[in-house]
Amino acid sequence: MKNLISAADLTRSQAIDILDIAVEMSGVNDREIKKLPTLRGKTVVNLFFEDSTRTRISFEVAAKRLSADVINFAAKGSSVSKGESLKDTAQTLEAMGADAVVIRHPSSGAAHALANRGWIQAAVINAGDGTHEHPTQALLDAYTLRDRMHSSALGQGLDALRVAIVGDIAHSRVARSNLHLLKTLGAKVFLVGPATLLPSALVAMADGYSYSLDAAIEEFDLDAVMMLRVQLERMSASFFPSEREYARIWGLNGDRLDRLKPGSFILHPGPMNRGLEIDARSADSGKSLVLAQVANGVSVRMATLYKLLAGGSTNE
Amino acid sequence: MSSRTVLGTSDIDRAVTRIAHEILEANHGVADLVILGIPTRGVVLAKRIFDVIAKHEDISESQSLGQLDITMYRDDLGQNPTRSVGKTNIPGGTLDNKVVVLVDDVLFSGRTSRAALDAINDFGRPKAVRLAVLIDRGHRELPIRADFVGKNLPTSREETIRVHLTESDSDNEVVIEG
Repeated sequence: MKNLISAADLTRSQAIDILDIAVEMSGVNDREIKKLPTLRGKTVVNLFFEDSTRTRISFEVAAKRLSADVINFAAKGSSVSKGESLKDTAQTLEAMGADAVVIRHPSSGAAHALANRGWIQAAVINAGDGTHEHPTQALLDAYTLRDRMHSSALGQGLDALRVAIVGDIAHSRVARSNLHLLKTLGAKVFLVGPATLLPSALVAMADGYSYSLDAAIEEFDLDAVMMLRVQLERMSASFFPSEREYARIWGLNGDRLDRLKPGSFILHPGPMNRGLEIDARSADSGKSLVLAQVANGVSVRMATLYKLLAGGSTNE
Repeated sequence: MSSRTVLGTSDIDRAVTRIAHEILEANHGVADLVILGIPTRGVVLAKRIFDVIAKHEDISESQSLGQLDITMYRDDLGQNPTRSVGKTNIPGGTLDNKVVVLVDDVLFSGRTSRAALDAINDFGRPKAVRLAVLIDRGHRELPIRADFVGKNLPTSREETIRVHLTESDSDNEVVIEG
């Protein structure tokens, strides 16, 4: 593995290997000295063309825990605002010695272009490209679910786990990456959302779909519900009549929370629009794994950086 | 390729028993003792040494037996394909003021032991660190020596030593190949 562009590229054994390494990495967070010397002398660049809090900080913490040097690059206030291209920006960073580039970009395919056009030698990690993919988010969601599903998670997949991904599927890179990875790990995935936001190509990959969250809770016997953020900034047209109507039909509220089966979980990639796709009671309930997701994000990203950067040239 | 068996089941048992007693003797008992195995076979040997000690002394497994994965501390990570990571379990969570006995199967270049010393550093400041190995085959590349040795086995660099232990393999034996 040299790059991580898409969750669809991961085989089951590669995905489980990353999750297993993440389990050991999570132990580092409990130590007195929260640092490993593994990536000493390596430089990781966070190349962010889009706003982000948790992903950027999570990658930064992960790289620092492994003793890598971290450069944070935000497009705002850089030469990008003078019109510098992605290629030139990336080559500039590599000329300064970057070994890995973590890229978030509003255009789908930006990470793929960076990795495959021969612009740079550095490893490329996709931290979200447009409406395409966000593979480390899918890995941390899988890690969080696996951790709750098995008492001893090492080597395990997510076989037979029933997960619904709910909301704005069309604009969600989180949904796309999760659909691929959850399927790879053996879970049953159901897509739920307004008909205008359920692309048929993704529905064809899923194990079922529904236009109503109530019906989905009723029919699909769900172990986990993954609520997606309504991405108003990516919506160019009216995909649903109003926010109030969205919250009423597809939002997770106290009433629906009570109808989820005992021992089931709620995930949300954050940031949450409280009152829109999820209400405060659900977000703060015992079923909610939102904070565990954030904590696990660091371990999973440490594992990813280790996989991509620690090995030598004989690496596949 | 030729191979010959240099230690069998009873030889390994005798070596483990002797190492366990030497550890007790050097430490004047089990006070502050922590035995850490280095994955994979060091963990098996550490458990065997612990079991011998437990027959004679009052010692608790949860406080005195652990394992230390040193993958993240290796100096040759960049020269090899990515290694999978083993489990680390430090009894009590800290090594402050403990007498740590590191256990590994074969002592060769000394680089694994060096990495283990670095790893130990991140878990506190032990009173002392000792090294116990089943086989010392020579060819050190660093100024490191073992305190407790099962058997000194002069080898050439071209030869390979395989340690098989029933907990992780089909039989108990030490084989030289090459």
